[in-house]
Amino acid sequence: MRQSNVGWLFLAPASLILFVVGFVPFLYILYVGFFDWNTNAVDPGLRWAGLQNYRSLVFDPTFLNSLTRTLVFAFIVVVSELLLGYVLARALMADRLPGRQFFRTIHTLPIVVAPIAVGATWRLLCVPGLGILPHYMKLWFGIDYNISTNAYHAFGTAILMDIWHWTPFVTLSLMAGLTALPKEPLEQAQIDGGNKLQIFWYVIVPMLKPVLLTTVFIRLMDALRSVDEIWMLTKGGPAEATRFIGLHIWINVFPKTDYGYGAAMSLLTLYVTIVLSWLLFVAMTGRKGGAQ
Amino acid sequence: MRRLGLGSTLLWIGLSILTLLPVWWMLVVSMRPRVKLYSKSFVIDDFYWDNFRAVLGNSTFLHYLWNSMIVATSNAALVCTLGLLAAFGLSRYKIAGGDNVFFWLITNRMAPPAVFLLPLFLLFTKWFVFGDFMLFDTKIGLILLYCVFNLPFAIWLLKGMLDGIPPELDEAARVDGATTSQILFQLILPLARPGLAVTFILTWIFAWNEYLFAATLTSSSSARTVTTALAEYVSVTGTNWGEMAAMAFLTTLPALIVLGFVQKHIVTGLTFGALKG
Repeated sequence: MRQSNVGWLFLAPASLILFVVGFVPFLYILYVGFFDWNTNAVDPGLRWAGLQNYRSLVFDPTFLNSLTRTLVFAFIVVVSELLLGYVLARALMADRLPGRQFFRTIHTLPIVVAPIAVGATWRLLCVPGLGILPHYMKLWFGIDYNISTNAYHAFGTAILMDIWHWTPFVTLSLMAGLTALPKEPLEQAQIDGGNKLQIFWYVIVPMLKPVLLTTVFIRLMDALRSVDEIWMLTKGGPAEATRFIGLHIWINVFPKTDYGYGAAMSLLTLYVTIVLSWLLFVAMTGRKGGAQ
Repeated sequence: MRRLGLGSTLLWIGLSILTLLPVWWMLVVSMRPRVKLYSKSFVIDDFYWDNFRAVLGNSTFLHYLWNSMIVATSNAALVCTLGLLAAFGLSRYKIAGGDNVFFWLITNRMAPPAVFLLPLFLLFTKWFVFGDFMLFDTKIGLILLYCVFNLPFAIWLLKGMLDGIPPELDEAARVDGATTSQILFQLILPLARPGLAVTFILTWIFAWNEYLFAATLTSSSSARTVTTALAEYVSVTGTNWGEMAAMAFLTTLPALIVLGFVQKHIVTGLTFGALKG
């Protein structure tokens, strides 16, 4: 390691670009959020509004509902994917897994497919008449499955799609984490007569904590911001059943050109995202003392 | 240690089928003539290519495809160049506040894109305007913009790879009188080539896959990308499922091609090097 300012020269071009396309927009909405600004209004200029945008926002039922819906969605998918991913990773952990490369290749597929194509694919599965989902739901369970009229079906399908899309990532990263665990503490716990649940909770979970934290963090951030695949699947409908926060901002701000309010909405969403990730971090690292 | 039992083997097979099924269904639908669309069979019964022919014969779609190629390739090249420089700086120099820079990089990657749509739209249409040229609806705009999520990713992946090249090699070269640029281009670059290839491919795929920014920050066929074509197609016609499936398959094709090559690195990349896949 060389102590020198030359290092900054290497970082400068990357930092400059990220500053312009990543940080300047943030400062800009911070500024615009304090103004009343609608380019289609009688007065298309910026008028100082103080905190008025934020005051209306916290009483805006469509915004609050979509935020709640997003949190419910994110909670369900992250928990299901984590449980499912863990069970699958454990079940398939045997060192002689046949075709390990092949398995990993198949499981990489949903991760690299364009989210917009994932949405299109699931739509093909769900269109009544054409898709196999409505067909078999009718055949096996007698359910008239229709995501464009039934809010529960739409919400459920959005969850199912996300689970299909991201469980492989959770499985793969937990498999990587489990493979890297040292064997001795596990064997020691077995000799000491710990049962499976005790070993899981007192030995595996604490050792796996960094991996779990990283995986949950990445999945939560992604679930909170999913837009593309939902847009292709349901367009946020029926009514507002699958209109998550990102989609809400997108389909509200641009047609209405209400930029001041849109800026406040964007900023509050960012704030909620940051607070959530911070809470997650505290919750996951704070419990360490009790477990060890 | 233990061999995989029957239960696990069945699980393995079932899981793989479930994972492949939606993509397979897309392929099946794309190869069906309109009259057979309502068949529920999972087999590709006749190789009907007219859906693909119709999509690839559409000049607007070809334009979008070309735009996607340009944007993804230029962005990946830019990101790899700047990412390699930044990773070299972070890996080989002690930089005051380097940890904070690192943290700032992740936040860029993790930020919800919907939040940045409005400010970027306003900046692109009102502020980043130079004479007649504005960043809105240009390929250059998208190329720069995709750095937001691709550059942190590239720096992370490349830093891990550069950290794996022993610094003693640099020191030895320096003692022999090599300049910093010689060390970077003649020593590090050849050693980092496999890592750069993986980084290039993954960032290329992410740029290719991006939809939300492309849909909001472009408006004409001079810059719209293949993902926006797919979304537009549904809202315009919505009924010709065979052609939509063909289009979706063409959008997925690059990912399918590089799948085997990137599978080793995807977990490492997405978890910011926290996990070795």
